[in-house]
Amino acid sequence: MTSALRRAAVFFALPITLLAIWWFASAGSTDFLMPPLAKILEVFPETWSRHRLTHDVAPSLIRLAVGFAGALLIGIGAGVVIGSSRVVRLFAEPVLEFLRAIPPPALVPIFILVAGIDNVMKVLVIISGCVWPIVLNTVEGVRGADPVLAETCRSYRIGEMLRLRMFVLRSASPQIVTGARQALSIGIILMVISEMKAASEGLGFTIREFQTGYQFPQMWSGVLLLGLIGVVLSLLFRVAENRVLVWYHGQRAAARVSR
Amino acid sequence: MTRSRHLPSGAGCPAALLGLGGLATFALLLEVLPRAGVLPADYFPPASRIALALLDEFGQPAFREALGDTLLTWVTSLAIAVGAGIAVGVAIGSTPLVRDLTASTIEFLRPIPSVALIPGLIVLLGTGMESTLVIAVYASFWQVLVQVLYGVADVDPVARETAHSYRLKARHRIRYVVWPTTLPYVMTGIRLAAAVALILTITGELVIGTPGLGKKIDVAYSSGDVPSMYALIAVTGLIGVLANVVTRRAERWALVWHPSVRGESPA
Amino acid sequence: MLEIRALRKVYEGHGRQVEALHNITFSVRAGEFVCVVGPSGCGKTTLLRCLGGLLPPTSGEVTVAGAPVAGPPDGLAIVFQEYGRSLFPWLRVAENVALPLKSKGLGKAQRAAIVGESLAAVGLADAAGAYPWQLSGGMQQRVAIARALAFQPRVLLLDEPFAAVDAQTRADLEDLVRSVWQRFGVTLLFVTHDIDESVYLAERVIILSSSPTVVVEDLAIDLPAARDQLTTRADPRFIELRGHVYAQVQKAKRSHE
Repeated sequence: MTSALRRAAVFFALPITLLAIWWFASAGSTDFLMPPLAKILEVFPETWSRHRLTHDVAPSLIRLAVGFAGALLIGIGAGVVIGSSRVVRLFAEPVLEFLRAIPPPALVPIFILVAGIDNVMKVLVIISGCVWPIVLNTVEGVRGADPVLAETCRSYRIGEMLRLRMFVLRSASPQIVTGARQALSIGIILMVISEMKAASEGLGFTIREFQTGYQFPQMWSGVLLLGLIGVVLSLLFRVAENRVLVWYHGQRAAARVSR
Repeated sequence: MTRSRHLPSGAGCPAALLGLGGLATFALLLEVLPRAGVLPADYFPPASRIALALLDEFGQPAFREALGDTLLTWVTSLAIAVGAGIAVGVAIGSTPLVRDLTASTIEFLRPIPSVALIPGLIVLLGTGMESTLVIAVYASFWQVLVQVLYGVADVDPVARETAHSYRLKARHRIRYVVWPTTLPYVMTGIRLAAAVALILTITGELVIGTPGLGKKIDVAYSSGDVPSMYALIAVTGLIGVLANVVTRRAERWALVWHPSVRGESPA
Repeated sequence: MLEIRALRKVYEGHGRQVEALHNITFSVRAGEFVCVVGPSGCGKTTLLRCLGGLLPPTSGEVTVAGAPVAGPPDGLAIVFQEYGRSLFPWLRVAENVALPLKSKGLGKAQRAAIVGESLAAVGLADAAGAYPWQLSGGMQQRVAIARALAFQPRVLLLDEPFAAVDAQTRADLEDLVRSVWQRFGVTLLFVTHDIDESVYLAERVIILSSSPTVVVEDLAIDLPAARDQLTTRADPRFIELRGHVYAQVQKAKRSHE
């Protein structure tokens, strides 16, 4: 009981202290640019009203979800194909390394050019940035599959689809998850800046509007909301990861104990 | 898995040829598809035109200046992030209580997308290098910090206790016990941070308008100069490739002389 | 059931050739328990991989139930030496055993019945819901054996299956394999480098020379069918046979030096 209490105290101590410092340090702020935290929190509910949530926040998140899902699908598919064949891998690797190294935001203008400023453009931007870490990590994962398990599949004549589902994808899943985690943070960046560059709605667009309209408490509340979204998405990701990789974490823990 | 990466150089020859073939095919497709009208040439200029635009850019002082600005912002942000990440990481990681106290805060601050800060930074710092520096440092700092924390946690408890029993000074303990274990992790952190810092440097230039390649890309885009837009994007990709190659080399170097990693086997 | 004729395997690579198997000929009758022994590095694993259709021979022929082997043959299962790596760590024990059955296209109820039966046969009925890495090495190898049994093969190949478990567990597993063989009537080929183990287990022991490998002797083991670790190993006939196999393996080793 006391240890649970202690753990809660340790968990919350610093965040509460920091918030308190921010609260009090900004309390008397007359600086137009840096309003008091109290003021930011006060405008938060009215700024992020139901209307805004459905017309700006939801579309952004849906685009992110569609883009991220698309990148997962394409990235894992391409990664499995490339990783399964030595020749294809050696052939494609330098091109992939180059494409992956391009900072994805640099591609935003290309996509505006090609696809306009609508949803399609933003989803394409998100896919184009998210897909690389997923492809490259999937390739690594597929390559790293245990040869003994591969022979086991062969000797039991496991069918191609079952092999893909039960062996190839599962054995690559730790690397795929790593790639997906990198992709998610890139995806959030791209969601925001594609809207800051060219949009008429969306979270990034709205925050930018507050900035250019000198509505600074509202702007900061938007920054806060984006931060919260980032935190929530990473928590959701962790939950999904723990489900997908139970075996992996368990196996590693077991190996550590026996060592 | 690790072993296949360290094949003797004899096996590397056809691999390099295949890779070159891949690059050549990619360039050829970029050349042929727009010319054949499969891709709209207005949006996808053929590779040769991009190459010409690239050559043209290299001749211009404005380009070299932008390249210099980008590299400066990138390297500066990376240096700050690495320095701060190592210092904070070692300081936090060495004391269990501090580690526990900061864990939740790190978990909350880390996923905050640094681009969320952009509007605030424009307001507070303007559109100069400082704003871009802040988002690049913010994003890449976490990469280093988290790796350093992993590394410090990985220090062999026996070595740690030995150091304690000989009453090594904190300075020496870090130098001889903590640092050698942490180094490979730091290298991984630097590799990840270099990529992230580059992404956010370009982002800052593109969105905030800080001078550099990102801003030039934006200008090329708005003036309809599509080939040089592609050329500039290719340059950012080349910088990225260079960063990857260098940091991966450094990482391998750190791993080679690190005994605990060298002795690791799947059995 | 299992025919090996003039089997030869040469590995090529890095500009040099290594002849792992020179000329191997022997056969295994249906329902027989045969052990293959030989000095370490004599190509036992190569032989087994050729039999299992995982490795194409350079020349010669392998047939299983009359059908030539080209690729993993029907009705043949392999238990690998590396038990820790031949089980899928992301599948629970029962799922590991069920996977080949799923691939065969068996229905859910049928799969569950066979899986339950095989796990019970190796004494692991309770471990169905565990992950392989939660089990000890010996138990993991039992799961691998259960998976092979569930596949209902006519021929079962075991590649030094107990090389990596401790002596106590090893004795238990040896008895398990004997009892499983008697109960399921499967044709069993067991590769090992352990002379005692080969004599204790088999009805027939095939002794291989060191590389390039040939069959040195095909020895019938005329011990009673009911064997146990204490009396069989103390049987004078066991000691005699063991001594004979030992001498042959030593001779095979020397002849190539």
